[in-house]
Amino acid sequence: MTLTVAFFYLFAVLLVASAAMVIIAKNPVHAVLFLILTFFNAAGLFILLGAEFLAMLLVIVYVGAVAVLFLFVVMMLDVDFAELKAGFIKNAPVGLLVGGIVLAELVALFVGRGLDVGLGHKLAAAVPADVANTKALGQLIYTKYAYLFQGSGLILLVAMIGAIVLTHRGARPGVKRQSVAAQVARNPKTAMSVEKVPSGGYTIPEKKAAPALAQPKAEAAE
Amino acid sequence: MQQALNLATLTPLYPEIVIALGAMALLMAGAFRPAGAVSLKARDGEIIGWAAILVLAVALYFVAAGPSWKVSLFEGAFINDGFARFMKVLILTGAAASLMLSFDYLKEHVPELFEYPVLLLLAVVGMMMMVSAGDLIALYLAIELQSLALYVMAAIRRDDVKSSEAGLKYFVLGALSSGMLLYGASLIYGFTGSTSLAVIAQVAQSSGAATNIGLIVGLVFLMVGIAFKISAVPFHMWTPDVYEGAPTPVTAFFAAVPKLAAMALLVRVLATGFPGAAGGIKWQQIVVFLSLASMFLGAFAAIGQTNIKRLMAYSSIANIGFALVGLASQNEQGVQGVLIYLAIYMAMTLGTFAAILAMRRGGAPVEDINELAGLSQTNPSMAFILLLLFFSLAGIPPLAGFFAKYYVFLAAVKAGLWPLAVLGVIASVVGAFYYLNIVKIIYFDEAKPAFAHVDRNVFLVMAACGLFVILFIAAPSPLVDAALAAAKSLKP
Repeated sequence: MTLTVAFFYLFAVLLVASAAMVIIAKNPVHAVLFLILTFFNAAGLFILLGAEFLAMLLVIVYVGAVAVLFLFVVMMLDVDFAELKAGFIKNAPVGLLVGGIVLAELVALFVGRGLDVGLGHKLAAAVPADVANTKALGQLIYTKYAYLFQGSGLILLVAMIGAIVLTHRGARPGVKRQSVAAQVARNPKTAMSVEKVPSGGYTIPEKKAAPALAQPKAEAAE
Repeated sequence: MQQALNLATLTPLYPEIVIALGAMALLMAGAFRPAGAVSLKARDGEIIGWAAILVLAVALYFVAAGPSWKVSLFEGAFINDGFARFMKVLILTGAAASLMLSFDYLKEHVPELFEYPVLLLLAVVGMMMMVSAGDLIALYLAIELQSLALYVMAAIRRDDVKSSEAGLKYFVLGALSSGMLLYGASLIYGFTGSTSLAVIAQVAQSSGAATNIGLIVGLVFLMVGIAFKISAVPFHMWTPDVYEGAPTPVTAFFAAVPKLAAMALLVRVLATGFPGAAGGIKWQQIVVFLSLASMFLGAFAAIGQTNIKRLMAYSSIANIGFALVGLASQNEQGVQGVLIYLAIYMAMTLGTFAAILAMRRGGAPVEDINELAGLSQTNPSMAFILLLLFFSLAGIPPLAGFFAKYYVFLAAVKAGLWPLAVLGVIASVVGAFYYLNIVKIIYFDEAKPAFAHVDRNVFLVMAACGLFVILFIAAPSPLVDAALAAAKSLKP
């Protein structure tokens, strides 16, 4: 038990510290790397909670895909961070005001009633002890949450359509495209040509000229 | 509580399923249409559009044929009751009409895009999920589904700076409002222990709930998120810019349909999630404030506008204020009033935007209200329809707009909200000024050159809305009774 608690504090402190570094870090690449560290620590917390599926998902999806994508964007795009910073300072008072109000609200929530939320009825245990985490999630997603699951699917479909509608410009001339049908329809006759390579020669013969012996260009040039 | 999922239990979901499948089928049809044609032939887009209207009609059939009693699926995430069915009928009708408005415009400006009807269908699925949402997760997913489709639709003319700007602005502010909504939803979940509106209602009526700061802050943030979507003052900033920048048929759709869905969502969340004036959280004062601010800002800010799309944006803000009067009265007549108001508002808005679409001269749309000068001489029929619509918007009897306002104010008076009703009437009189000003321009100003020939579909929608506005008094009972039944079905 104490070991669990010790690990909880280890992960939690690292998580908060690296999350703070994401914002503080001057170099955007460092910020993204700290973000990855944050994800790893959050995954650790999930494992302590017994939610191993979510932990793996976090590592695979967020670290493996999203964070790497961030890294790509940060490195590929030429974002002028000095200019962004200038805007930041200009708008800082408004941000501080709004942030301060939200913080005050949160503080008021807990000062008013301590950490006991009071109203809520007792929540059931997240997962029955004898069902594996992943299995329990699967059972819920495809029964109780099937409707919401399909709804999320539709949202992703809209996102795909939207990205294509707003950016795809149709077929441009001069772009080489893959044609699966043409590839499948190829046969050795159209795909390959057998060329006789002159033995002992030292140049590649031109396409039409295929005499048995080399007719070296080098000589012609000389 | 585990019920087997089969097609028979999903009957109430058929409309959503039909539209989602229809959208995907049309997407496939558009993507795999006969190869070789790099740009769409002008007719292809219209064919897909008519097919989308057919899909909407089939869904309408399933709404009408579906169960009329209250059905709750997926442990309360999806609720099909009289209220949801009433709103779904409105949404489907409005979507079909605004699709009809778009054909001519899209053919001219973005002929290579066939995705517009598909996006519209998916937005309609989102809106139907919104009016049926009985759970905070379902509510959020539904809002995101419709909003995401709307952002893309606003920017559909991607080569046009204004359209892109409208889409981006809408997207950024919409994302902000979603953030607030999620923050509120998470607080509500934290303090009640459930995302289901039914459970939240139980907890919200228990002792101590009315003074629980966490629950109140959560509800306020949730309401702010939804107020963005209905563009109630002070969360209306995006409306004039987006309405002006977006292509006109898209603006017509924005003004007429998604607002209805968001308004219905607000009604359902407040009436079923946080019910009752007694013992519950006092959300009435928030709604009263939103209502008053919207009515007055909408009325006064519209006076200075010369662009008719911006003017209609402020008009829609004011109209949402009037609809909120009904919600503020917290009773059955209030909800009935909201529903009647929304139905009539939809007809008036679609009709007016059809007329705006018809304002074309020399192959380009004109949007200044002075361009309407002397329309009564160049196109008397259109001028007369506009006269009806603007008189109705101003609330002049015996047109439909008068009854819309009558029912919400009546509910407010019954609930003892005299001051709100009186102030509402004053705001309505102020608003009448700019509507009547347009009528004056149409009938008494010196004639400008005639507009280009009006597209048949556009004229059809315009005429249907005009007829509805003038004939409503002849047979008001179907709408009024249906709205009453729908309002009653919200009671648990």
